Amino acid sequence: MEKGMESTILQCDGVTVDFDGFKAVQGMNFRLEKGELRFLIGPNGAGKTTMLDVICGKVKPTIGKVLFGGKVDITRKKEHQIAELGIGRKFQTPSIFPTLTVFENLEIAMRQNRSVLAALRAKLRAEEQERIEAQLEMIGLQEKASWRAGGLSHGEKQWLEIGMMLLQEPEILLLDEPVAGMTDNETEKTGELLRAISQTQSIVVVEHDMEFVRNFASKVTVMHEGKLLKEGSMEEVQRDDRVAEVYLGKRRDADAGRSTA
Amino acid sequence: MHKRLMSRQRLWLLAGYAAAATALFCAPLFLSDFRLNLLAKFLAFAIVALGLDLIWGYTGILSLGHGVFFGLGGYAMAMYLKLEASGGRLPDFMDWSGLSALPWFWKPFSSFGFAFAAGILLPALLALVLGYFTFRNRIKGVYFTILTQALVIITVTLFIGQQAFTGGTNGITGYGKLFGQSLASPDTKQMLYWVTVIALIAAYALCRFLVKSRFGKVLRAIRDGENRVRFIGYNPAIYQMVAFSISAGLAGLAGMLFVLHVGIISPSMMGIVPSIEMVLWVAIGGRGTLIGAALGAILLNSAKSVFSESYPDAWLFFMGLLFVIVVVFLPKGAAGLLGQFKWLRRRRAKHGEGDGVHYPAV
Repeated sequence: MEKGMESTILQCDGVTVDFDGFKAVQGMNFRLEKGELRFLIGPNGAGKTTMLDVICGKVKPTIGKVLFGGKVDITRKKEHQIAELGIGRKFQTPSIFPTLTVFENLEIAMRQNRSVLAALRAKLRAEEQERIEAQLEMIGLQEKASWRAGGLSHGEKQWLEIGMMLLQEPEILLLDEPVAGMTDNETEKTGELLRAISQTQSIVVVEHDMEFVRNFASKVTVMHEGKLLKEGSMEEVQRDDRVAEVYLGKRRDADAGRSTA
Repeated sequence: MHKRLMSRQRLWLLAGYAAAATALFCAPLFLSDFRLNLLAKFLAFAIVALGLDLIWGYTGILSLGHGVFFGLGGYAMAMYLKLEASGGRLPDFMDWSGLSALPWFWKPFSSFGFAFAAGILLPALLALVLGYFTFRNRIKGVYFTILTQALVIITVTLFIGQQAFTGGTNGITGYGKLFGQSLASPDTKQMLYWVTVIALIAAYALCRFLVKSRFGKVLRAIRDGENRVRFIGYNPAIYQMVAFSISAGLAGLAGMLFVLHVGIISPSMMGIVPSIEMVLWVAIGGRGTLIGAALGAILLNSAKSVFSESYPDAWLFFMGLLFVIVVVFLPKGAAGLLGQFKWLRRRRAKHGEGDGVHYPAV
């Protein structure tokens, strides 16, 4: 996991997803390096979320292959197996466990042996308690550790979910619009956090908030109608004519999409 | 200060448990033999309710097929008792149905140890197999519930149809002795009552351990969001299978005790109506709390026996009404009502914890 050892952690080759005739993703190639913070953008319906679904196993590609860590083929693996290998997913809407307490949410998300027997025998060790408490402090919920997670505000739920994901210690984090519904201040904080995480882990972020992308992206992948349109630095992408066309032509749609998101 | 508050709460809890256990153990001093026998039966039902709460209240999977698991336990015990009573000869109903030799699968039931183990393991295994084919294929919600109903119909039909092996509609009855002691004698009844109390306490302890463990937290997480659990890296199907299987094993245990108290098991005791009734105990007592489920079974059955003694026809209507009231006004059952009072009190005490639940380790 050392930084600087540039190697591919995730590779998607010719991924096509066919939903009963509708090709949400068509022959998409995607490569992610270790310790990279990658932004995946594109107009509505470009297939960004479907791409994340393919990587985390929620959707199986019709054609194509997904390789994790350069050698493990995860194309046909089940969701929980992929998660165990080290790919974490945060969905667009905060999905936490509402009847568990904030602490319990973090406790079960924490990296651990997830077999039934292990769960039966599991005791909260002091070291685990410390890690959870440190996480609680980082996401600013230490005062609400014993609250039912369902009683948190929208923003707090987002943070709890991010905290759960960090304790899960995945090698790749897949985030779908993590700053949706956050204030400018919170957005800034989230960006800083993502940057810090990318020191040790790799991240793919699907985002509509261009301001946010501009501030934090080093490399951007643009998708359009299920295909790769352009990949490169933010400057390169902004200079690209086709990207401009897709975005200008669809600007209104994208804005409409954002305001309803 | 917080810590001390917690331990005081825990002290009260312990005192409550001790009082309940003492009351249960001393009940023979106060109750007539008839009432004691009834109570023993209800305590057996409470064991079913605990198991059902585990799978429904905590894991969010509604089974309307627990009558089958209960019945299988009952049949296992009844087979042993019947073989004991027949004393080496062919059980009477087999004789009437024209069998000349004991079927192979009846033979091992002449051992009490085997019958006892089978009474728990058979239902648990059946649940495991059913769970394997459903949970792994992500069949859930109402579809799973319908499947459990199908299981009931298939099993009941099978048991009625195979009269030579199962006693048909009449079930298995006509035995009166366990280890040479008459099941009808007050001494045996008292002993069996205590055995049931111990079984109930053990079942409660087991369920409490399960629910408080990290396993139990994962179960609740599955109830809240099965998919999310998957993306954390747990395989929910395995957890559901294990919970369902334990739940079925408890129902089997209860079925065995039931047979010892009542002296008969028949397909009508494992049918659709009793299966639904079991769910009602948990719904009315309060699902998601073990004590609520157990109390629900005991109180509802007590009410049933009191009411049906005086108004045999009105009972069903009363129970239906009770169910509607609870579903509409008290989704968490009677135990939920209690929790609401507690919550209000805490609110008034300005504890500032909001909708909080205490986490014992914090």
